[in-house]
Amino acid sequence: MSSPSLVAVVGNPNCGKSALFNALTGLRQKVANYPGATVERRTGALMGRDGIELIDLPGTYSLTPRSPDEAVTFEVLSGKHDVEQKPAAILCVVDATNLAQHLRFVLELKALDLPIVVAMNMMDLAARERISIDVSLLSTRLGVPVVETIAVRKKGLTELTDKVISSFNAPTNLNIDYGDTIKLRQKAARKIANEVTLSEGIGHKSTRVLDSFLLHPLLGPVILFSLLFLMFQAVFSWAEAPMGVIDTGIGALQGIFSNLLSDGLLLSFLNDGILAGVGSVVIFLPQIIVLFFCILILESTGYMARAAFLMDRIMASVGLNGRAFIPLLSSFACAIPGIMAARSIANEKDRLTTILIAPLMTCAARLPVYTVIIAAFIPNDTVGGFGLQGLVMFSLYLAGILAALAAAAILKRTVTQGPSDTFILELPKYQVPNPRYVFSGLYERAGLFLKRAGTIILASTIILWALTLYPEPPVGADRPDVAYSFVGIIGGWLEVIFAPIGFNWEISAALVPGMAAREVAIAALGTVYSLSGSEEMIEAGLVSMLHSAWSLPTALSFLTWFIFAPQCLSTLAVTKRETGGWKWPLFMMGYLFALAYGASFIVFQTASALL
Amino acid sequence: MNAISSTAVSLDTLSPGACGTIAALGGTANNDMVDRLREIGFAEGLDVEFLHQSPFGKDPIAVRVGDMTVALRRAEATLIKVNIV
Repeated sequence: MSSPSLVAVVGNPNCGKSALFNALTGLRQKVANYPGATVERRTGALMGRDGIELIDLPGTYSLTPRSPDEAVTFEVLSGKHDVEQKPAAILCVVDATNLAQHLRFVLELKALDLPIVVAMNMMDLAARERISIDVSLLSTRLGVPVVETIAVRKKGLTELTDKVISSFNAPTNLNIDYGDTIKLRQKAARKIANEVTLSEGIGHKSTRVLDSFLLHPLLGPVILFSLLFLMFQAVFSWAEAPMGVIDTGIGALQGIFSNLLSDGLLLSFLNDGILAGVGSVVIFLPQIIVLFFCILILESTGYMARAAFLMDRIMASVGLNGRAFIPLLSSFACAIPGIMAARSIANEKDRLTTILIAPLMTCAARLPVYTVIIAAFIPNDTVGGFGLQGLVMFSLYLAGILAALAAAAILKRTVTQGPSDTFILELPKYQVPNPRYVFSGLYERAGLFLKRAGTIILASTIILWALTLYPEPPVGADRPDVAYSFVGIIGGWLEVIFAPIGFNWEISAALVPGMAAREVAIAALGTVYSLSGSEEMIEAGLVSMLHSAWSLPTALSFLTWFIFAPQCLSTLAVTKRETGGWKWPLFMMGYLFALAYGASFIVFQTASALL
Repeated sequence: MNAISSTAVSLDTLSPGACGTIAALGGTANNDMVDRLREIGFAEGLDVEFLHQSPFGKDPIAVRVGDMTVALRRAEATLIKVNIV
């Protein structure tokens, strides 16, 4: 045996498939992307056995693909996938509390002529709803092994593993014909479900009760917007302490280097190049973790589908549907996971539109920019009981949202024109959040973020550092050293373009490395304004420095620029991967730069005329 | 059970609180949409209950069908014919 046997884990959405996959593989999963495709390939060894590899295929209601990720499930199972080998067996996860519906999918899978093992999951929920099922009769009727499992409590995993291993050599052709239309399979599934169900159960009472509040015509929207408000509160307040710790840690590290090394190129490289640059990004890890924690909790409980339901009408007014709300919400942390989450949108044009507007949601990387500029230019006064600085921050977020909605409406009428998809979504039963799901999700997101900081952002800060040092200033120079460097030269060229929106050569120069990632622009401004020292000193120093160096119209124009400008190479790279070419990332870059320039021009010229 | 009785109405015409049994799925055309409705769990003979409607414009709606809750827009709900009980 050269390559391990592949076992495909499949099931309808909301059957606890991912929880079972996590329980069977542990944290040592491999997440990769199929070359050129938009779907993550998530695999792991079955209960530590190296010879058997489980693959978590996207959840689907049928083998008729309705979205790009469902197409992968179909291709892998039918052996038509470009790179994936045909699985040796299928592990189909069914929800014991919704048997007839999930059995229909099992019957459809049987036509594939692969060994199947059924995991009857959520047996704890079934017991609570007083549903009782004759599992051995079900196994006889289906002609495949059926194992009762409770993924979240790791029950039934050993038996399931044994059944999967022994299924490899089991005969598959059982000659039971359930018919070839979905209507016939529905009938057959209901017949079997009725036979094996010993007691019908009482339904999920708490879901009914919760929905009567959470989907209430008045309370529903109030609760949704309060939750979103609390979530953003949490991002700022919970993350404050750990951010301080990271900040101090970076400062301490810079202090150690300063003591160990003498002043020179190496010290400057370590402190100003690496620590200042990467540190200015890593400091946002706590905020990203808090935001994803909230999103994962909302997903895990089943509330996210309700949010999509409540938002559908608003999304429909710009030609999208409620499902687009979930990727857009993730984009408040970072556009990259948001763009990837758009995979669940079935309609290609809707998916493209969602991807194109995702960068307009204010991501965590804009926070350092907003924070520094607001601190420097907006007085800490109160207006009608609200802090003025907070109000400005809020309006920047709001401007992003409104711009995204307007952009979607225009895109759907022009470049991504086409019939828009309808909205059909299962509202799953409410569940207590699964800690394993939440923490493995967080672990993955944090890892991706740190990887980005360690690669693209590290590289760009090193390049920037070098470009600010060379060429060296001539003897007897009367301007700061940086003005004679490559950064200064490039900034001088760009200043011609940016002068109408109020940007001086220092800002223009800082925008160049800021292309790699928005937050780098702040570190770059620090470097360009010839500040040195710890990260803390740069921030404090920058605030007062900018206050005296920029006019208010310039500051407002700079804030406006950051609402729109697509300054993130990772976003453009992920857009290229998800849309399969350079066309859409280039379009995204073009339209966002045009918006940024146009809006900044209006803000700068208006503010200059008024003030 | 599958016959459309004279009392069968489209699901989209109902209001919250209404209960019934699905009499038929389909309409003049749009078979692919009927398949999608079947995939997510709509089938003849299943109990259906109109639970909620969107606070904004009363569309989409949320219904209980069998053991699950499904949200859909009224445009698609026209394909679901219900015998009211």
